[in-house]
Amino acid sequence: MGSTVGPRGRASRLVTGAVALLAAASLITACGAGDGSADDGGKDGGAANATGVDDGATLTMWTRAATRPQSEALVKAYNASHENKVELTVVPTDDYQAKVGAAAGSRDLPDLFASDVVFVPNYTSSGLFADLTDRVDALPFAENLAQSHIKAGTYEDKKYVVPHTLDLSVLFYNKDLYRKAKLDPEKPPTTLAEWDEQARAVDALGGVDGTFFGGNCGGCGVFTWWPSIWAGGEEVLNEDGTEARLASATAKKVYDTYRGWVDDDIVAPGAKDETGTTWTGIFPKGKVGVMPMPSTTLGLMPEDMDLGVAPIPGPDGGRSTFVGGDAIGIAATSEKADQAWNFLAWTLGDTAQVDVVAAHKDVVARTDLASNKHSDADPRLVAINELVADGHTPYALKFGQTFNDPNGPWLTLMRDAVFGDGTSVDQDNEAVSKSLAD
Amino acid sequence: MQVKVAESAPTAYRARPDEHRGRPPRASAPRWRSRKVQGLAYATPTAVFVTVFFLLPLLLVGQMSLSDWPLLTGDRGVNAPENYTDITDAPLFWPAVRFTLLYTGVVTVVLLGLALLLALLVQESRPGAGFFRTVYFLPSALGLASASLLFWGLYSPATGPLGDILDGLGLVDEEVSFLGTPTAALLSTVFLIVWKFAGFYMLILLVGLQRIPHEVYEAARMDGASRAQIFRSITLPLLRPSLALTLLLCVTGSLLAFDQFFILTKGGPDNSTVTVVQLIYREAFQRLDLGTAAALSIIVLAVLLLLNALQFRGLRRADES
Repeated sequence: MGSTVGPRGRASRLVTGAVALLAAASLITACGAGDGSADDGGKDGGAANATGVDDGATLTMWTRAATRPQSEALVKAYNASHENKVELTVVPTDDYQAKVGAAAGSRDLPDLFASDVVFVPNYTSSGLFADLTDRVDALPFAENLAQSHIKAGTYEDKKYVVPHTLDLSVLFYNKDLYRKAKLDPEKPPTTLAEWDEQARAVDALGGVDGTFFGGNCGGCGVFTWWPSIWAGGEEVLNEDGTEARLASATAKKVYDTYRGWVDDDIVAPGAKDETGTTWTGIFPKGKVGVMPMPSTTLGLMPEDMDLGVAPIPGPDGGRSTFVGGDAIGIAATSEKADQAWNFLAWTLGDTAQVDVVAAHKDVVARTDLASNKHSDADPRLVAINELVADGHTPYALKFGQTFNDPNGPWLTLMRDAVFGDGTSVDQDNEAVSKSLAD
Repeated sequence: MQVKVAESAPTAYRARPDEHRGRPPRASAPRWRSRKVQGLAYATPTAVFVTVFFLLPLLLVGQMSLSDWPLLTGDRGVNAPENYTDITDAPLFWPAVRFTLLYTGVVTVVLLGLALLLALLVQESRPGAGFFRTVYFLPSALGLASASLLFWGLYSPATGPLGDILDGLGLVDEEVSFLGTPTAALLSTVFLIVWKFAGFYMLILLVGLQRIPHEVYEAARMDGASRAQIFRSITLPLLRPSLALTLLLCVTGSLLAFDQFFILTKGGPDNSTVTVVQLIYREAFQRLDLGTAAALSIIVLAVLLLLNALQFRGLRRADES
């Protein structure tokens, strides 16, 4: 640990400074003064050049495994059409925070790194991203970018990230199993009670299971349980993300439903042990009736599966979604900020959003492109795109250590509420608040 | 017969003229300097290696443990002794200490017991002994992370075969959760570690067993000693150096346990298998509190140094006896 996070001595800083100065000087020479220096662009917002520089630079980029297909598709299309080349490294999702933390400590961050949008506030407040305010504002479609991601990446009135991949939590249901269970395949659940009934009806078929969830995965819980709470009209956090409201009556109704599924063995085997690693691999096997899933997995489902998509309902109706996915920024230490911005600006343009993102059945990052030739051809995509307006992206500086950390207090609350008797929710909620305010 | 010794015969040592006269050799300044330079030349690479890869990081961790240590920006102000004193406030600290000690105790007893049993089983050069020695040792060739992933797959209720096998044998009639309860998670991890390391420790003990002269055993048998008496009065005492070494390795390795729990349980279920090193990882990379993580690392280092010093003392005594 120590070796990866060491300080730099004065001599080391002088050498690095000299190298950075030379690099910046050479960039000015190469790009022309009008583009602004890389240093400026990287650290102070730089020139408001909406398209950046495409001069054949090699850019390094990290993304997490959970959104790998989307990142890979964008990088592949960019590399095929630009002088710059992006070298993508995919990091296991569970290790991503640690890798970014270690790399930041040793000033070894890549030029670009995407992040689960909920971790972004922590990174912006730690100074890991370069300020992109002027560059983002100069985009002709700036106002149409997914504002939940922009908001998560705004710290002290400066914008640090743009949306990279949007991942929404939605209900997937297996229409074949619905037919076998004598359920109407065109009528997905609109309340938690209906979801409960339909899951139990499928489970009663035998040999298949009603539903599934990651019971040992805090991230899965926030992604799929919170929409039911939001749909019921409740908030899960206060506005500045320092206090939890996860012990409300609505929240308890949600936990009770999940506990009922566990008690009556409606969930597929392994829910209690599921750490998130194989969570999304269960539904494609065709043995689960209805379960919340990431929208990014729609394009990865078996082609012969008759699959329906629906919003996640609250206890008494309503609908909501967790607007997750990855936001992406330029590392504060990058010396190729103009080139990196060229990639980011391109990924948000019409071509990339329609011909790459929408063609891959993913949610576009711009509201003005929500209706496009690909989404219009698939009503499921339209349903998903429309959900963005009802969705939430929670904001908390201590999100990772509170909700995603397997040893954090939220997982304790989740498991006590669903695998226990549910009596410690109020006490566990206080522990969550304490962690958020830590 | 006259024996001729060639003047230029290669010898490791030639007496200097002074020595023949019974006088102490006079210091030869150039040679002395040359030997000093040679010594320095031999020692320098090691010294550089130790400095760069051990001392400097250690000093850095020491400095970090006394400071606030932001990732990129902000002041690296002094935060001592808070980094140390606040450690015990972490809700997971004492559970992690207790669990690490419990795990170390269980693993040490089970692992060393089994390793000794295996070593005794393959001690004699019977037909097939070589095969079994190889089989027992084979898991040691696998990396711990790879082995943990392998067992994670085997234990998985969704995809692993173990539950189905137990069900097929009629041993269980419901879903088996190998990592789903605190006890099951601990025992499942201990099973992995025993599988992985028993052969390695067996090898160390086997070497120790084979150092015991056969004559001692024969004499004991001649005196009518039973197998149990031979084991208690000859094997165990003469095996003490090897047992002390395996004990030292096992205790140190168990106190630093991380990979197996990081992959198999992630500290779960319900934070029941959080080890001290996992806590350091959490402070550093989840909470991004590098100062506290460094302070915790220094404490663990101090405890291990103390423990190893005591064990080395025991090891030396065993050697001397």
